Amino acid sequence: MTLARSGEPPWWQRVRWQRAAGWVVLGLLVLITLFPFYWMLRISLSDNRALAANAGSMLPADLTLGAFERVLGLSSLSEARAQGGSGASIDFWRYLVNSVVTSAVITAGQVLFSAMAAYAFARLRWRGREAVFFVFLTALMIPPIFTALPNFVLMRDLNLLNTYAAIILPFFFMTPFAVFFLRQFMLGISREVEEAARIDGAGHLRTFFRIILPMSRAPLMTLTLLAYITAWNEYFWPLLVGQGENVRVLTVALGVFRSQTPQGSPDWAGLMAATLLAALPVIALFVAFGRRIVDSIQFSGIK
Amino acid sequence: MIARRGEGRVALLFLLPAGFGFVLFYAWPALQTFYLSFTDYSLLATPNWVGARNYAEAMSDRKFWNALLVTGEYVLINISVQTAVALLIAVLMHRLTKSSVVRGALLLPYLIANVVVALVWYTMLDAQLGIVNAALTWFGIDPVAFFGETSTAIPTIALVNVWRHMGYTALLIFAGLQAIPKSVYEAAAIDGASEIRVFRTVTMPLLRPVLAMVLVLTVIGSFQIFDTVAVTTKGGPVDATRVIYFYIYEKAFQQFDFGYAAALCVVLFLILVGVALAQLRLLRAGSSDLD
Repeated sequence: MTLARSGEPPWWQRVRWQRAAGWVVLGLLVLITLFPFYWMLRISLSDNRALAANAGSMLPADLTLGAFERVLGLSSLSEARAQGGSGASIDFWRYLVNSVVTSAVITAGQVLFSAMAAYAFARLRWRGREAVFFVFLTALMIPPIFTALPNFVLMRDLNLLNTYAAIILPFFFMTPFAVFFLRQFMLGISREVEEAARIDGAGHLRTFFRIILPMSRAPLMTLTLLAYITAWNEYFWPLLVGQGENVRVLTVALGVFRSQTPQGSPDWAGLMAATLLAALPVIALFVAFGRRIVDSIQFSGIK
Repeated sequence: MIARRGEGRVALLFLLPAGFGFVLFYAWPALQTFYLSFTDYSLLATPNWVGARNYAEAMSDRKFWNALLVTGEYVLINISVQTAVALLIAVLMHRLTKSSVVRGALLLPYLIANVVVALVWYTMLDAQLGIVNAALTWFGIDPVAFFGETSTAIPTIALVNVWRHMGYTALLIFAGLQAIPKSVYEAAAIDGASEIRVFRTVTMPLLRPVLAMVLVLTVIGSFQIFDTVAVTTKGGPVDATRVIYFYIYEKAFQQFDFGYAAALCVVLFLILVGVALAQLRLLRAGSSDLD
C-alpha cells in the first residue's frame, strides 16, 4: 500500500502522522466494542448493595460470586434476597439446558437436511432445478414475523405449544441461507471425483455421505457454528411458543428476569450474571473458531 | 458423461426434508398470512372473510402510523450512523492492518444475542447506576434517562444496535475494499494524494456497488427491530418506541387480533420490497465504476 520508495519526505511524514491518528481511532473503536463485555463481568461479580456507592468504579463492587450462585439456584432464598436478588427462585441451569438441547437439535437437522438439498441443487441434474432453487431463495426476503402467525396457529393446533418440538421444528428442516451457503461450495467440487465413485458402483446416497460430505467438511463446520449461534440467540419464536418454565430458553428467560424488579430496583448483578451465562458459550466458540467465522462472513456477505 | 436422463427422482429424495420444511414453515404460512389479512380472526373461532377492512382500518389507525414513523426514525439513525462508522472502520483496517484479532474483536458483538446486548446496555445506560451516566457526571453533565425519555429512547436503541452491527457491517465493506486492485492505490500514492483525497476519489466510487448491497441488507434488517425494544422499553415511554414489528406482535399475541396483525405484516412486507427496490435503483447496484 504505502510504497516508501517513491514518496518525497513531506508527503511521507504526513502519511505517518495520519497512520498514527488512524491507529488511535481504530483502537478507540475496538475499546468501545470490548468494554461492555468487561462491564458485564464487573457487574456480575459485584454485590448489588455496593453498586450504588461505586457507580463509577472500574472494579467489581464488593467482589462476590453471589450473583452467579443466585441465578443458578445455588443460594438460599434469604441469602439471595439479602444481596438484592429477587424473592422468586430462579434456575438458569434449566434454561441453559433448554438452550443447549434446542440449539443442538436445530443445528443437527438444519445442517444435514440443508446439505442434502444443496447436493440436489448443486450436483444433480433435473428439470426445473434453477426455478425451484429460486423459489427457495425468495424465503430470504420474508421477514420472520410474516410466517410467525400461521406457524403459531399450527403449533397450537398440533398441541405443541410449550414443547421443545415447537421451538425446534420451524428451523429444523432448512434455512434458505444454509442451503444457499452449501450449494455455493458444492458447485465448486470437481465432477471427476464423483464420476469415479459412480463407476465404482456407488449410489447417490453413498456418494453423498462418503464423498461430498467429507469434501465439504470446512463449510459444514462453519455452517454448524453459525447455525448453532443463530439458534442460541433466537428470541422472537421461542417467545411466542416457549414461555413455559420447563422449555424456556435463555433469551426468553432473560427477558422475564429483566421484568422482575424485586425491592424496587432490578437485581443488576444477577441480571448481568445471567446475561454472561447466555453469552459465554458463544464467546467460547468464538475464541476457538473465530477466524473461521470471520472468513465465512466475508464469503457469504458479498458473494 | 453418464447423464442418465434426469436425476429427478433422486433429487426429489434429497430435497424431501428441506422441501417439507420449506412448504410447511415458509411457503404455506406466507400464503396463509395473505389470506388471514382479509379476515377477522381471533384464534378462537374460524377466520371470517371481511375483504379489505383490515387495510382500511390500518389507514386510519393512528398507532399504526406512529409505529411507521418511529420505525422510520429508528432506521434512519441506525443506518446512517452504522454505515458511517462501519465505513470508517473498514477503511482504517484496509489501510492499517490485516490482523484477524482486530477483525475478530470487532465482530464479536454481532455474535451475541440481541437480548444480551440490549440488557448490557440497559445496565450501562441506567439513569442511577449506569457507568455512562457516571461518566457524564464527571464532565458535569446531568444524568440522562436514556431509555426513559420519549426524545432519547429511539436514538438510544438505534445506537445500541449500531454497537452490535458496526463490526459486522465493517467486515462486509472491508471485503469489498479488498476487491479494489492494489495498483490503483499505488498510483495514488505515487501522485502524492492525501489519504482523504484517496478515499474521496478512489475508494468511494469503486466501493459503491458493495456499499449498495450492504445498505439493502442492513436496511431490511433494521426495519425488523424487535428484540431490543421487547426487553427494554416494551414500546414506551408512551408510544415512543412502539416500532412496527413490536406493534404487530402486540396486536397478534397480546390482543389476539390475528387478521389485523396479518394485514400489517403484508404492509410491512410491501414496504420492505419497495425500499429494497428503490435502493437498488438509486444506488445503481448492478453497475460498477471499476473499468
